[in-house]
This record gives sequence, structure tokens and C-alpha cells, in this order.
Amino acid sequence: MSARPAPWSGRRGAIIAAAVVLLFLVPLFASTYQTQLLTYGLTFAIAALGFNLLLGYTGLLSFGHSAYFGAGAYAVALILRYFGVSSMELFLLGGIVFSSALAALFGVVCVRHTKIFFGILTLALSQVLWTLAYKFFWITGGTDGLRVPFAKLTLLGGLIRFDGADALVKFIHSYYYYVLVLFLACVAAMWLIVHSPFGKTLQAIRDNETRARFLGVRIWRYRWLAFVVSGIFTGLAGILWVPLNGLTTPEILYWPQSGKIVFFAVLGGFRNFLGPVVGAIIYNYLEVYAIASTEYWQIFLGVILILLVTFLPAGIVGSSIRVYEWLRRRKGAPA
Amino acid sequence: MEIVALQVLNSLFYAAVLFLIAAGLSLIFGVMGIINMAHGSFYALGAYITAWAVIKASGTLPPGTLYGFLLLGALAVAVIGMAIEPTLIRPFYKRPEEYQLLVTFGLLLVMDDVIRIVWGGTPLTASALVDRLGLVSIGGLPYPVYNIVMIGVGAVAALALWAFVYRTRFGVLLRATAQDRRMAAALGIDIGRIYLLAFGIGCLMAGLGGAIVVPTQAAVLGMGVEVLVISFVVVVIGGLGSLEGALVGALVVSALRTITIQFAEEFELAALYLIAAIVLLIRPTGLFGKKA
Repeated sequence: MSARPAPWSGRRGAIIAAAVVLLFLVPLFASTYQTQLLTYGLTFAIAALGFNLLLGYTGLLSFGHSAYFGAGAYAVALILRYFGVSSMELFLLGGIVFSSALAALFGVVCVRHTKIFFGILTLALSQVLWTLAYKFFWITGGTDGLRVPFAKLTLLGGLIRFDGADALVKFIHSYYYYVLVLFLACVAAMWLIVHSPFGKTLQAIRDNETRARFLGVRIWRYRWLAFVVSGIFTGLAGILWVPLNGLTTPEILYWPQSGKIVFFAVLGGFRNFLGPVVGAIIYNYLEVYAIASTEYWQIFLGVILILLVTFLPAGIVGSSIRVYEWLRRRKGAPA
Repeated sequence: MEIVALQVLNSLFYAAVLFLIAAGLSLIFGVMGIINMAHGSFYALGAYITAWAVIKASGTLPPGTLYGFLLLGALAVAVIGMAIEPTLIRPFYKRPEEYQLLVTFGLLLVMDDVIRIVWGGTPLTASALVDRLGLVSIGGLPYPVYNIVMIGVGAVAALALWAFVYRTRFGVLLRATAQDRRMAAALGIDIGRIYLLAFGIGCLMAGLGGAIVVPTQAAVLGMGVEVLVISFVVVVIGGLGSLEGALVGALVVSALRTITIQFAEEFELAALYLIAAIVLLIRPTGLFGKKA
């Protein structure tokens, strides 16, 4: 195996280090509201990372990732409701077990198919989950959903609690760092996954399934593993999202939520490792500032999506890199 | 016993609507090789246009002529579809499938909101069309004549489509294009025209499905995606790209739906997808699909 490209070397390393430092400093200069917004963005970014292991690296377009996001969120809400647990670490454990079990089950059916059929199956299964959450209202609260108030939450095994005055401010600040650390761990883990022999095998399957099969790669098993890993990341995003939102409703299992996750990846550019992450964070601001001002956010998203896939298929990050490289080449060229 | 007869009729009515939608989806896929994620939105558009026209015209036009709006609504949807295909979808035939799915998904988002902008959130109905035909007694229980007539319309549409694809010159060109696009082009077939018409017919049928439904149940937001997801099940069971498959799939799905609604309403969609998943596991190309 050839040496891995070190992510921390050269100019790119400097940019990434600066970004990480900046992320750690955000609560010091940003308002509580801005910090909360960015926390939302980071949870979506984790979902986008997971989604893109399938789209960008395995070549499978899932229209049903709301299922795993919702599974994480509902697992937290149900554990809180039926077991009275308040430790975030136990929520993480329970939520990850639940979403990975779900992804393992759905994955068995979905990975036998590619392209359209894969998309249809993932969409269909997520819609089943949505109707179940919607119709079994005595368990799931139906359209009212289930509440997950932050005041009931404790972080780091009970070390950090939220009560008394300024509980909300305290929660937002500590929770931001909690999510940030997990987010950075997810980015690092995903980087290692896509650059590992496993990740390279997925890319080989994406680029040429027949050849990969001739090389003895067990296609379904690799796709299934990628599906489960992808589901775990997206489930983790749902787990982290729900205390922030304070409520989980069947909305997050419904297809537009899957559409949003697809959108993150396309907006940032799914051929680039960090594209979906950037896409998710930008999307979050778009939703809050541009879309919240209009009732008709779907048409806005739809038009952007059509324009992106028609004219900018590399997304924001991919296109920026291309422009940057073009400028550098022009500057470097002899006059 | 009478209940069973009514449920069979209900199931057939629903099958007629599902067939129209799924056959359009399947036809577009069979000829052009793309899955139109916005297909359900064309169905919703047909329902909204028809209901809106019926509401506007009732009182001014003689009641009998209102039935013409069923066809006009479907034709309007076909015209809209034929405007969208060359502008939006044509640039994507040569691009990877992910992009085709993404662009039609974008179209779905746009169309859903256009419907919301034009007609708002209040449901629209055209129940006057059902009321005017009155009821018929089936074993002592009243049943709307409209539904029975529309089962017939569905059957006629299925026959007409079959005759069109298998018994006309255009049908030959259509099937040739579906089989080998490049060879067909080399033989002088105008591929662009075939695609435009195939897409138009697909949209016409989806629109007709919506037009037929709207007198019996209100046009509501979100009906497009709901039907999209169910018609996926139909084509998965029947085999994507096959008209016979769409017919059998529609009958199976509507029968199953009627049974689950009667006995275990919570599991309606879950049961449908379970069947679809089983079919995909046993016969990945569906009951009538060709081997890949």
C-alpha cells in the first residue's frame, strides 16, 4: 500500500488547522444564538459525512437517510420517555445501537440493488418508518412528537448539568463543544475510512463493479458495511440534533428530510471529502436566513438544486478548488 | 358478502388510477431510461387543475359538460410535461444516473411548491361529478356509479395504451428507441421527438389518474409524493419498463391495500413495502421485468 496523503501537511493542512482553531473560538465572540445555529450546522454536517460515504465513495444515491437520522432522534426520545435516562452518553450508546441495527436490516435489502432501485428502496423503507411513527401515536406521540428538554440532560456522565439561572446559555455553550469534539472525531474517522483499504475498495466498486468482482471483492458485503457505517454517522447526527431541537416529530422521518441530506452533499460537492460538510453548514444558514423569510422554501431549494446539477455539478467546494487552481495556473504561466 | 363486493369495486377503482400513474412512470423509464421523481407531482397537478376547472365552471356550463374537464385536465398536464422535457430533462440523458435523479427531485420540490402557491393549502374537490351520476345498489348497499364508470375508463386507457405501443407505427418507433437508442437514431428515427412524445404520454396518463381521483377525494398537498411512493411499489412488483407489469402490479397493490386498510390500517404502507422487498429479493427485475 502506498503512503497515505497526510491531511495535515502543506497549505491545506494550514487552512484546516486554522478552521479548527476558529471553530473552537466561536462561542467566545459569537452570540448564544449564533453558537446554537452553528451547532445545528455541525450535526447536519455529520449526517452529510455519513451520507456521502454512500454517494461519493460507493456510488449509491440514498433518498432515505431520514430513516437513520430519525432513528437516532427517536431512540433518544424513547429512551428518555420509557427509561428516564438522562445521560447523553447513554443516549449516544442506545441511539447508535438502534440506528446501526436499523441500517443493518434495511441495508440487507437495499445493497442488492444499485442506481434507481437502490434509491427507490431507501425512499420506500424510510416512508414505512414515517408512517409507523405517525400511526403508532400511543408510542411515538404521533404528529405531536416526543419532547427531549435539554434541562433533563446531563453531559459527561453527570458532570455537567443544566439548571438554575442561565441554564439555556450554559447548555448552548457546553453542548457546542460537545458536538464540535464529536464532529471532529467523525471527520477524522471518516477520513481514515475513505483512505483505508476498505474505502479504496468501495471506490473501486463505485468505478467499476464488474472489475472489482473479478478481483474477488465481495460486492454486497462491502456495500452493506458502507451502508451500516453511513447509517451510524447519520444516526449519530440525529442523536445530537434532538436535545438541541428539544422535540422530535415524524417530520424528520419524512422524505423532505432525506432530500435535505442529499442537498447538503450536492451543494458542497459530493466528489470532495469536505464538500458535504461545508454544504450542510451553508445549507443551515440558507434555511434560517433565506428560506425562513418565505413560506415557499421548497421551490427555492428545488431551483438551486436544478441549477447546481445543471451548471455546477462539482458543488461549492469542488468549483472553488477548480477556480483557485485555474487562477494559480494563470499566474504561474509565463507571460 | 355485499361488503366484499364493494371492496372489490373500491380496489378496482384504485387499481385503475394506480395503473395510469405507474404505466406512465414505466413507459418513461422504458423508453428514456430515466426515473422521473416528479411523476407523482404530475398526478397531483392533474387533480388540482381538474378540480379547479370544475369549481370555476360549475354553474356557468351545463353540468354534463363538466366531465370533459377530466380529459382537459389530463391534456393540460401533458402540455406542461412536454414543455419541461426539452428544457430541463434533455440535457441529462448522457449524464450519470445520480444527476438524472437529482434534477427530477429538484423538479419535484419546485412543482410541489408551485401547486401550493397557485392553489394554497386548502383541499379542492370536484365531488359534483360523483353526485351527478348518483348511486347504484350493489346487493342492497349504495355505491357511486362514477367509480364504476371510471373502472371502465381505466380499462379502456390500458387497452388504448397497449394498442398504441404494440399496434401502431409510432409504437414500433417507440419500442425500437427503447431497445437501442443509437441504432434507432442511425436508422433515421427522430429520437428527440420520440422522447418528447413518450414523456408527454407518461404525463398525460399521470394527469388523467389525478383527474379521475379528484371527484372522489380532495386534492391535497403532498398527494404527489404519496402516490409516487406507492407507484414505485407497483413498478417494482411488476417490473420497471413493462406495461403488463404495471397492470398486474396495480391490481396486486390495490388489493393488498384494500385488505390491510380493512384489517390492520397501521400497517398499510409497511405491508406494501414488505411485498415489494420480497419480490425484489426473489425476482430482482420484478414479475414481468426483463433480465438486466
